[in-house]
Amino acid sequence: MLLIPCPWCGERDEIEFHYGGEAHVSRADPAATDDAAWADYLYMRNNPKGVFAERWVHQAGCRRWFNLLRDTVSHRIIAVYKIGEKLPPGSLSAGSHGGDP
Amino acid sequence: MTQPFRLANGGGIDRSRTLRFRFDGRDYEGHPGDTLASALLANGVRLVARSFKFHRPRGIFAAGMEEPSALVRLGAEPNRRATDIALYDGLVASSQHAWPSLTFDLATPIGWLAPLFPAGFYYKIFFRSPALWRQVWEPLLRHMAGLGRAPREPDPVRFDKTHVHCDVLVVGGGPAGLAAALAAGRAGARVIIAEAGGELGGALLRRPGQIEAGWVDTVAAELATLPEIQVLTNTVAFGRYDGNYLLAAERGERNRLWHIRARRVVLASGAIERPLVFPGNDRPGIMLAGAVETYVNRYAVAPGRRAVLLSNNDDAYHAAAALQAAGVAVAAIVDLRAEPGAAAQALVDGVTVYPGHAVVGTSGRRQLRQVTIRSLAGGATRTIACDLLAVSGGWNPVVHLFAHAQGRLRYDETLAAFVPDATDAAIEPVGAARGSFDLAACFAEGAEAGNRAAVACGFAISEITLPEIAASTEAAPAAVWLIPGDHGRKSFVDLHNDVTAADIALAAREGFTAIEHVKRWTTLGMGTDQGKTGNIPGLALLSQALGRAIADTGTTTFRPPFVPVSFGLLAGRERGPFYDPVRQTPMHDWHVTAGAVFEDVGQWKRPRYYPRPGESMDQAVRRECLAARDGVALLDASTLGKIEVSGPDAARFLDRIYVNRWQNLAVGRCRYGVMCRDDGMVFDDGVGTRLATDRFFLTTTTGNAGAVLGWFEEWLQTEWPELDVLCTSLTEEYANATLVGPAARPVLAELAPRLDLAAFPFMTMREADVAGVPARVFRVGFAGELAYEINVPATAGLELWQRLIEAGEPHGITPYGTEAMHVLRAEKGYFIVGQETDGSVTPLDLGIPVAADKDFLGRRSLRRPDTARPDRKQLVGVLPDDPAAVLAEGTQLIADPQSTAMLGHVTSSYFGARIGRGFALALVAGGRARHGESIYAWHDGRIVPAQVCSPIFYDPDGRRRDG
Repeated sequence: MLLIPCPWCGERDEIEFHYGGEAHVSRADPAATDDAAWADYLYMRNNPKGVFAERWVHQAGCRRWFNLLRDTVSHRIIAVYKIGEKLPPGSLSAGSHGGDP
Repeated sequence: MTQPFRLANGGGIDRSRTLRFRFDGRDYEGHPGDTLASALLANGVRLVARSFKFHRPRGIFAAGMEEPSALVRLGAEPNRRATDIALYDGLVASSQHAWPSLTFDLATPIGWLAPLFPAGFYYKIFFRSPALWRQVWEPLLRHMAGLGRAPREPDPVRFDKTHVHCDVLVVGGGPAGLAAALAAGRAGARVIIAEAGGELGGALLRRPGQIEAGWVDTVAAELATLPEIQVLTNTVAFGRYDGNYLLAAERGERNRLWHIRARRVVLASGAIERPLVFPGNDRPGIMLAGAVETYVNRYAVAPGRRAVLLSNNDDAYHAAAALQAAGVAVAAIVDLRAEPGAAAQALVDGVTVYPGHAVVGTSGRRQLRQVTIRSLAGGATRTIACDLLAVSGGWNPVVHLFAHAQGRLRYDETLAAFVPDATDAAIEPVGAARGSFDLAACFAEGAEAGNRAAVACGFAISEITLPEIAASTEAAPAAVWLIPGDHGRKSFVDLHNDVTAADIALAAREGFTAIEHVKRWTTLGMGTDQGKTGNIPGLALLSQALGRAIADTGTTTFRPPFVPVSFGLLAGRERGPFYDPVRQTPMHDWHVTAGAVFEDVGQWKRPRYYPRPGESMDQAVRRECLAARDGVALLDASTLGKIEVSGPDAARFLDRIYVNRWQNLAVGRCRYGVMCRDDGMVFDDGVGTRLATDRFFLTTTTGNAGAVLGWFEEWLQTEWPELDVLCTSLTEEYANATLVGPAARPVLAELAPRLDLAAFPFMTMREADVAGVPARVFRVGFAGELAYEINVPATAGLELWQRLIEAGEPHGITPYGTEAMHVLRAEKGYFIVGQETDGSVTPLDLGIPVAADKDFLGRRSLRRPDTARPDRKQLVGVLPDDPAAVLAEGTQLIADPQSTAMLGHVTSSYFGARIGRGFALALVAGGRARHGESIYAWHDGRIVPAQVCSPIFYDPDGRRRDG
């Protein structure tokens, strides 16, 4: 079970959190998006082997959403950062397919 | 004489006290400090089990959790290992897998048929003939198969759970673990030491006298004085997960599941001895050499009267020495090596050592009588009478916890064992667990690792003094995996599952090369012991058969749990009424008194209907429906989700969330709203009321209250942080009594005299005192009648309810439950989220209009080609031609009775009390264009004709609803 460092509450067990999928997926502009691009926004997500930027919410705690960088192979947590903040520079190694900030 | 095999002196048992226990209906005695296995051996009980597949007689093979054979039923709990059950007074255990008795098992002939059961036999035999399977094999297997009997009674043991954090978790209380715990503990770290056995000492209990007497006691005493150290005995750490999260099972006087989050783990889990593979290596009386040494030295039991030792290493000579010291004759030492170590031979006195020899056969029906030996070079055989054969094939480090969370292993040729490879900062294997079998190395590694872990946690290095031990002078072991010669089908690799060397060889011939496949084909290592003794010899035999290096074969995946754990331990106290929280409304007790039948809606208990004496559910529901239509009825709607949304941007926010508009809603007015996910599918619905320009009170469905709040928060935090909006859950703050029916007005008028009911139109809200309690009254409803939803603070809910019942009595007020609520709303064609919708239904499918002049979540998706199709399934009504027929919910609908082409399905179906017939709501392809068409339902085993119609069956122009 992961020990997740919530940016507001500190380290807590994974059971207090809820997973929110890939981070940095911006909502497409509904007015200016064709069907293919809209479907891509709705349904298509990266699933990399390696470092991945993902969203979590501290559901049974402060109920805040935040971003987290995790290695999907080792489950090592590399960084946490708040919603709206950019991915820490240099945190994605070359060739990985983590979130697109 | 009782306990004829108990030694007069020595051991860690307390001879001053006697414990009585019962095995297979016979009474025996033992002492505190015994395990069930040691006590059985002390009483000369050697046949304790029948094997899983062939029903061969089996005895006690090991002295710890690795035991593959001596599985017993302890009380009601099956498959407990006799070797790690601490003896207690009154213990009752029995053998399993034998009928009628251990000594006379009617299934014994199965063993004679062993040639019929080669590796993968169940794949080979049972696939041939389906008839043979049904009539012969399945009944036979159902009778024979299974290990132990699952108990039918609730587990009488009371299990608890503890969640704990520590700096350093030390797994194993042997020399390495004690040194680690002492070092980390003295440094000031918070330490937990988990020892599987009943006392600390580990291998020092098996072989005392290597260090100064009393060292373990001194260390244990110091650990007890250190405030941050917790010593857990009878506790097996059985799983390691991400982030150094470990689970440990404490069994015995306390039964407790430990959830341990450790910053560092020192893994001092020791090693498990390997058996050797030779014909007849499974008889009672054949035992691992280390186990023999343990029974003699720790439990003061002679496991036999006349022993032979078979070994490939020097270490096992200590077992022979211990037997001699205990007065047991050692008839011979058979060493697979041409040159046994000189120091080892010096341990034993006057025993014939046969170097370069092997045991090639054994005999004795219910226990060992003699062994046959022969030189590995060939030649004549020789028989030696004995009732105990101590066997050692070397030692395997217990690397399971290291490997659980992705730790890699490496095959060490010198040790002939898999050892932990790359170091992991979170877990450091020490001592035998990393392949260091030398006692001095165990102490040193433990102390260093303990210090390293403490320093990593921010503490300073501590000083500890370790016992002085001479360095080991042992000669190297020889890896002999399969003794040369004819093996037939009696050379067992996996004693638990009766897997033989021949099975492994056959699997290799049949083309299996991956160890994971061989495991599943032969069942090697698939028993409750998970192959703790048999796996490594098995994969070595496979490698040999394939002419491949053991390192290239690799191991099967190590997965938790390391030892079997009972479901009761995992469940703890979260069973029965504590399995899941139960939510009750403030009026719950009244419903109970009124005889309500409850149903679960999420975690809520809601009254389903209130039967009168002698009334069926259908009768009660019909009566409740008619009361709501003709008189006055009362529903407890407190479970509705309630969220207050406030802030300057509240209306703008809700406009983005819901398919309908909110900005143009006047203060004090209510509006029905539907929300979609961004894929355009209906997610939830409810009624919103504008309390003030910047405050809305929203209801959600009972089951989705939490999800809707989370949905609001997610969008506010992640996508629209610029909106100034606050969401507050009020679900449990308010009770809701919904007064329904044409006679509702006079009832409310009596309790709220200051409320002007004449000027209180549909879809508005008034604040007023009702029954003396400040209330919000909403002129909304779900039944299609005049209705008032009266919200009061939860603490006043019961009082309000009782006053409404009293005031309604002259009007025949009738409480009604969720079942009548469903019928009433279905007559009106109101859908229910989760019943008419399933995540693939849009508002347009349901006939819900969406705002054209604003964006909202899901709007763009309604233009996607699939969601815009005219032949999507749409909500319709269905009337069976037979008015008495009530179609089953989920019934498939077809256009043509000759065809199986599906048009849709029934989502809700009831007998309508007011409309006086069976009716249904359904999702039907292109349904809105089919009103008036015939359709067919597959109902109750036959085709039932019906008509498609509008989903609104009652009061289509809404006059009754508008009061």
